[in-house]
Amino acid sequence: MSDTHAQTVTFVRDTMLPQAAPPSTAQGPVKWMRDSLFSSIPYTILTIAALYAIFVLLSGFLPWLLGGVWTTSNIRECREVLDGARGGCFSVLAERWNQLLFGIAYPQDGYWRPTLAFILLFVAVSPVLFAAVPRKLLIVTLLYPFVAFWLIWGGSLLVPLAALISLCVGYLVYSKLVKTSFAAGLAAGVATAVFIWFIAGFITPGLSGVLALEEVASRNMGGFMLNMILGVICVSLSLPLGILLALGRQSSLPIIKLICVVFIEFIRGVPLITLLFVANVVLAYFLPPGTNFDLILRVIIMITMFASAYIAEVIRGGLAALPRGQYEGAESLGLDYAQSMRLIILPQALKISIPGIVNVAVGLFKDTTLVSIISMFDLVGMIRGPILASTDWNGVYWELWGFAAALFFVVCYGISQYSQWLERQLQTDHR
Amino acid sequence: MTTMSDPQQGSFRLSMLLNDTRYRSYTFQFIALMLLIALMAFLGINLVRNLAEAGLNISYDFLGVPAGYDINQTLIDYNSQSTNLRAAVVGIINTLLVAFLACLTATILGVIAGVARLSNNWLVSKLMAVYVEIFRNIPVLIWILMIYTLMTAVLPAPNAFRGDNPSSSMLFDAFAFTNRGVYIPAPVWGPGSMIVVATFTLSIIAVFLYRRYAVKLLFETGKLLPLGWPTLAILIVPTLLVFFVMGSPIGLDYPALRGFNFQGGLQIGAPLIALWLALSVYTGAFIAENVRAGIQAISKGQTEAAASLGLRPKRVMNLVVLPQALRVIIPPLISQYLNITKNSSLAIAVGYADITATLGGITLNQTGRAIECVLLLMLFYLTISLSISAIMNVYNNNVSLKER
Repeated sequence: MSDTHAQTVTFVRDTMLPQAAPPSTAQGPVKWMRDSLFSSIPYTILTIAALYAIFVLLSGFLPWLLGGVWTTSNIRECREVLDGARGGCFSVLAERWNQLLFGIAYPQDGYWRPTLAFILLFVAVSPVLFAAVPRKLLIVTLLYPFVAFWLIWGGSLLVPLAALISLCVGYLVYSKLVKTSFAAGLAAGVATAVFIWFIAGFITPGLSGVLALEEVASRNMGGFMLNMILGVICVSLSLPLGILLALGRQSSLPIIKLICVVFIEFIRGVPLITLLFVANVVLAYFLPPGTNFDLILRVIIMITMFASAYIAEVIRGGLAALPRGQYEGAESLGLDYAQSMRLIILPQALKISIPGIVNVAVGLFKDTTLVSIISMFDLVGMIRGPILASTDWNGVYWELWGFAAALFFVVCYGISQYSQWLERQLQTDHR
Repeated sequence: MTTMSDPQQGSFRLSMLLNDTRYRSYTFQFIALMLLIALMAFLGINLVRNLAEAGLNISYDFLGVPAGYDINQTLIDYNSQSTNLRAAVVGIINTLLVAFLACLTATILGVIAGVARLSNNWLVSKLMAVYVEIFRNIPVLIWILMIYTLMTAVLPAPNAFRGDNPSSSMLFDAFAFTNRGVYIPAPVWGPGSMIVVATFTLSIIAVFLYRRYAVKLLFETGKLLPLGWPTLAILIVPTLLVFFVMGSPIGLDYPALRGFNFQGGLQIGAPLIALWLALSVYTGAFIAENVRAGIQAISKGQTEAAASLGLRPKRVMNLVVLPQALRVIIPPLISQYLNITKNSSLAIAVGYADITATLGGITLNQTGRAIECVLLLMLFYLTISLSISAIMNVYNNNVSLKER
């Protein structure tokens, strides 16, 4: 081998070349746009059409929203201020804010009460909704129904307090006796609670001034508050009822099964509005002569029945989705029906049913607007009735409907986002 | 070992009703039955007492009495002298009409939105997501009222179409959008038009026969007949031919402005349009989600397997993905149709004369027969719901996977 042949020296690269950047059309925003916006001619046309649609919508909507007037006292002043320019007359929201939220007849100086109840609602539901919240807050949840009742309806604190005490004592009796027999414990617990409530009925009227807030009749509830009241009460009442109905429908006892099936299918087969008609005009015929409990309570009963039938079907789906082995496993451990349901079946079935239950809850909350048809003044009823009919604001449609739509959207979208988050949290299958 | 604690035969004690699992179920059922009977008796006795006190009785005679009110949108003959029963029938037909129209448009809208939401086009899929979220999170009653407001407060009055220099004009000289409703051309059925309709019906049957023949040929010989243009040809050509041979028996009656209002054509009232559109867009959002879920439920392996068998993309869709997706989509779709029918009862909010507004609204208020009216109303909706669920059960049994 010659050592002077410089030309034939073999070259072996011992270091890697630095990686070259991909071509500019295959990376970054350009690539993304080519892939997801302009991948083919039809898609390009579609993209341009969509862009145009967005432009048209926003060019109409944004000036209306941003150029709006907030401080006038009626629609004519609004039109003068706007002077032909595009803009919404949002003054109606500012002027009728309290009416939209609380209705016409709620006492003006008592607005803090439903507001406080609304804020406390978040404290009360947070330990139920989020596992990370300290468990001690569950006490607030248990107390909340009584506090909220006192805050919203007013009257003496002793009334809800008596209800609370009777329930507590009833529960104590139940927990003492449940060891010997479930049925005996339940019967004794209920009897004690009713007895104490009955006794309290003699005491509270005499002390009606103790810790009393101004009493507000149910017919004075209105606005978005009414939607919230109906939604929260009916959902929380219909959940236990729905579980019972679902268990009844799955049960092997033919008579109980028949009752549940007929109830569920009947309620699901008719529109809510017919049930509200029942609450409004028919229910009075079926009650003892002279009883006259107010419309809001009748409506709550009907909406609760309605929602519980739907929730029962959702939970039945969850029960049916559990493998038979779970039922058999519970039985082979020697658990009785109540124990196996409480400890094994229901926790799993309810977990599967969460999305469905949330769907029903959202649907129910939206359906509370239907009470405006039987002339209750909820948010929609307020807008259709007193506000649009007044000479000051006759003709301010879009601001009011937009406001109502936005309120419902925020609540319903929030709930559905929460349910999706919870589903991810509870996902135990390893995917 | 312990022995099974078989109770001795023939020695029945009362405590066994609670403690023996063989008898306990009877006890519980007996108690439930007694409670139910007691509740029914309580309600029934109250009803009888209340009715006696008010001097009323349960009677359906009011159905035969003249209703005494007018209905602006009817498909069958009706005037204020017609009976309440006739008004209820008008209401039933109107309910079915708006439910049918809304089902149709909601399906179209929902399928388009559901498929578009899965599109690779980022902008389109996001736009559809926004549509779905906005429409299904706002109560349908608000949508109905908003669209009704749009129809009555924003659209021009008929006199805006008048004069030499009108501020509004008709679309194609055939459609007029006014605050009194939308006017569209109405078909006029001349003599011989039945033959044209019959021809068209026969063509539809012929299309089905042709398709069946094509599939049979494919399975027997492997020969593939074209499907697209022959279908179109069978559908259109004979009908057009007969139409012109018979001398154009079906004409169109265009709406035209006469005096203060439009005459001729077909008037579709604002309430009907508001209800129809609102139910369509609202339910369309739900159907879009069903469609999306149905398509996503088909695992990618199915598509890939079909592709590796050599099927073209269109066939993959038609033969593999769609048949499986439809099994997931159709049951919730039917329950959405049921929801449309039930939500159409909100017609009462905008004054569309459906069964809830006639029987449950005006008739109820005029005759005061609350129990009878609400009972009939519930019976009507119950009949529809139960018959549709029965059909759905038959369908589910047919398409459900036959597993071992």
